[in-house]
Amino acid sequence: MSATAIPVVRRPVWRRLIGFNMLTGLVLGIAGWFLGAWVGGQIAVGHDYLLGTDQNDVGAFVGYLFAVIGWLVGLGFANYPIGRLLGRPPTLRHHELGGWTRYFRLCTDHKVVGIQYLFGVGIFFFIGGLNAMLMRTELLRPIEKAWPSGQYLTLVGLHGTMMIMMTSAFILGPFGNYFVPLMIGARRMAFPRVEALTFWLTPAAGLILMSAIAFGGLPFGWTGYAPLAVEGRGGVDAYVTAFILIAISLTLVGLNLLVTIVTMRAPGMTWTRLPIFVWGVLATSVLMALAAPVLVATMTMVLMDRAANTSYFLASAGGSPYLYENLFWFFGHPEVYILALPGFGIVLEILPVFTRKPLWGYRLAVAGMVGVMLLSFMVWQHHLFVSGMNAGLRPFYMLTTELISIPTGFIFLNAMGTLWRAQIRFTVPMLFALAFFFNFLIGGLSGVFLSDVPSDVTTHGSYFVMAHFHYTIMGGLVFAFFGAVYYWLPKMLGVVLNETLAKIHFWLMFVFFNLTFMPLFAAGFLGMPRRVSAYAPHLQVLNDFVSVSAFVLGFSMLVFLANLVWSLVFARIPAAENPWASRGLEWQVPTPVPVENFERIPVIRSGPYEYGVPNAPAVADFTPAALPAAGS
Amino acid sequence: MTTAASAQIPRHGIRIVLIWLVLTAIAAPLIVFVLGPHLPPGNMTSEAGSQRDANVLLTALLVPIALLVVTFFVYSFVVFRNRTGGIVDGPPLFGDAGVQLLWIVLTGAIVLALAVWGSYTLIVSSHGAGGGQGPSPVDQPKGHEHALPVQVIAQQWEWTFRYPTYGGFESRDLAIPDNTLVAFHVTSLDITHSFWAYELGVKADAVPGVDDIAYVNARHTGFFQIRCAELCGLWHAHMAKKGRVLSLPAFQAWIKAAKQKNAVVQKYLAPYSDVYFPAPLRRAG
Repeated sequence: MSATAIPVVRRPVWRRLIGFNMLTGLVLGIAGWFLGAWVGGQIAVGHDYLLGTDQNDVGAFVGYLFAVIGWLVGLGFANYPIGRLLGRPPTLRHHELGGWTRYFRLCTDHKVVGIQYLFGVGIFFFIGGLNAMLMRTELLRPIEKAWPSGQYLTLVGLHGTMMIMMTSAFILGPFGNYFVPLMIGARRMAFPRVEALTFWLTPAAGLILMSAIAFGGLPFGWTGYAPLAVEGRGGVDAYVTAFILIAISLTLVGLNLLVTIVTMRAPGMTWTRLPIFVWGVLATSVLMALAAPVLVATMTMVLMDRAANTSYFLASAGGSPYLYENLFWFFGHPEVYILALPGFGIVLEILPVFTRKPLWGYRLAVAGMVGVMLLSFMVWQHHLFVSGMNAGLRPFYMLTTELISIPTGFIFLNAMGTLWRAQIRFTVPMLFALAFFFNFLIGGLSGVFLSDVPSDVTTHGSYFVMAHFHYTIMGGLVFAFFGAVYYWLPKMLGVVLNETLAKIHFWLMFVFFNLTFMPLFAAGFLGMPRRVSAYAPHLQVLNDFVSVSAFVLGFSMLVFLANLVWSLVFARIPAAENPWASRGLEWQVPTPVPVENFERIPVIRSGPYEYGVPNAPAVADFTPAALPAAGS
Repeated sequence: MTTAASAQIPRHGIRIVLIWLVLTAIAAPLIVFVLGPHLPPGNMTSEAGSQRDANVLLTALLVPIALLVVTFFVYSFVVFRNRTGGIVDGPPLFGDAGVQLLWIVLTGAIVLALAVWGSYTLIVSSHGAGGGQGPSPVDQPKGHEHALPVQVIAQQWEWTFRYPTYGGFESRDLAIPDNTLVAFHVTSLDITHSFWAYELGVKADAVPGVDDIAYVNARHTGFFQIRCAELCGLWHAHMAKKGRVLSLPAFQAWIKAAKQKNAVVQKYLAPYSDVYFPAPLRRAG
């Protein structure tokens, strides 16, 4: 089907507002929750009485299940299978939908899903950030003042889950979905309907997670250790359901991207010409597809312990808390690389563009990412060095953990080689990419303390750990995310972001990020445990300093929001098609990107990073003479 | 590539290394001699001492590595920045097998050395370094058969301590003798906690149904902080206490007094056991 053959059906706005969209999904979802809670209550009459709880967990879980089904049906996910059953012809909905309302409904265009993801995970990121601000307000004083400890723990739990679970697809969601087909020369993802499903599960999970506030909150951080999770109040049901939904979504995202990258590359897009960001996405996809299902199993066990009175994790009835810790971290450690690897891909994608040099040591970068991917499955027990489990295996996990710094070091060597004798332009995306390396350097090196068992006995479970992973996730992933936002937004949204505001955002964020988290290494060394609402009085000066820095860090995000709103709504300066003079394939298509991306599938002629190579051929031939203009 | 340009290459490298050497020469002694003695968790026990040694060595090793990378980056920003304002291509360098091999060998050597050294200190020189080793410890110090057992019982949200060799009485205060090998037997009545005696350099998860053993040998008397290092619900932050390291005679006197003081509750106590399973599990916060 060629680009000209797509019939664009424009229906009136009122017709687009009712029908299968977010609103219908919300209405059916809420109705489904009430129906499900009633049905569940009928299935397990007296569950709350028998278990001595204040809530019927069976009712809660069936309620959430019906709510999700209602939400998906309301969005129109049932239309296609039902239509096929009735013998109607297959359709891809993006062919018939145009205009802004497609962002609020089921749409199988990978570019629409990318932008849906961008704003979706962005909203969760800001909610998580707000939670952090509220936590730092509490920590201005050494004893509970702003929040009672139960509400403080709910804030901790929501901050952690919002930041780690809801934003697991922080980069693969927006930029993976949007740019991977563009970068490999494809017209769509391998499974467009699955792609839409992965996004629309995310807001469902987010809303369910936030419903925890109404049902007694979360007594734990993002890790949800059982048996604490089993004894926790109704909020835990929300946490479990949300995590299952997200894990399903992550698995599908991973499989979808994996299949897309392996099977849908344009002719000439060999593995060694694949942009390094796509390699990062590929490595992450493998992690998602292999690690996230373990989480579904783990959370289902917690669900069974709570709703069906099994005892997977209750030692008094023959279960083991270690089972949870093992299963959770078997997912949890690959998960932190799910957060880190796309960041590696983005910064290495940005560096060659603004140094005007090829990516130095391309194959080493690929080896680094694949190495991190493989090793990340072999290190999970370093979270459990003092748990009393497998003490004899501690040297092994110490070794595997430290081995990860070798492939991670490759990424640094790539960056240093690319900077060597370069023509560096300090644009905003470049600033974020360079800050990534500074932050990740500190994050990575502080991780060595945690991998060494004698040192870990001091630092385990303290603020040192907390500072360490904020340096890798916030300093790494979030800086890479903003680098990608400033780099790719001109292509995604078609507008130029204000550069002055962007630089203010960068410098505030970089300086106050370090002022916030650097002192927390000291707090951990001085004996402050994680996730506490009260602490030793002599640590107050340190904590006050951190809180004030954190508030300015939060303010820097408002600068970004102001910039986004100003540039997108008011200024609306149209962006050039290739403002950075990049060789990337995604920059060679028009802005806004046509629905079918490429009129004909391009033939790739050379690698994406051949800057400065004399007589380097153009990156691709967009009007190949003798190739079929097939549908994909 | 002109000869003038290629003559420039080694000079950049030498300059970066020289700057780095100067910075390291300043930083390393500062870390070892000025910062080092203050690094946690101090020197109250031999286990704490071994952790501090690890922290000093790692800091002294990792700061120069960080300095090398930062020096390289900052040098590049200054020297290799685009001065023209326009878009100028740099030299098309795709990689250098020698440099890459050197990097792999160097990082590999550092990592392997760290792993070997870490395993050596864990197993041979510090015998578990004060970390919880579970019910059958593998890294046992000499004379561990004669270690003084002290049971640490965690529950939401309180620590209690039992002394099995003194009749298994239970106390809300913790005291241990100095220059004596003590074996903490950490367990929990409800959910997972973590026993963290900061100055002692002891951290061991309190897991229901598990007898988690950690050894410590105090070098001198004094107070130490007890914290819970694993989130355990509503009053996690308030599972804090002060423990004491006493001289042996003072410890004997304390035992006698504490035994007397707690005698009234002795008959309500469960008999001493490695693990306890009070039922049922409550639904609380």
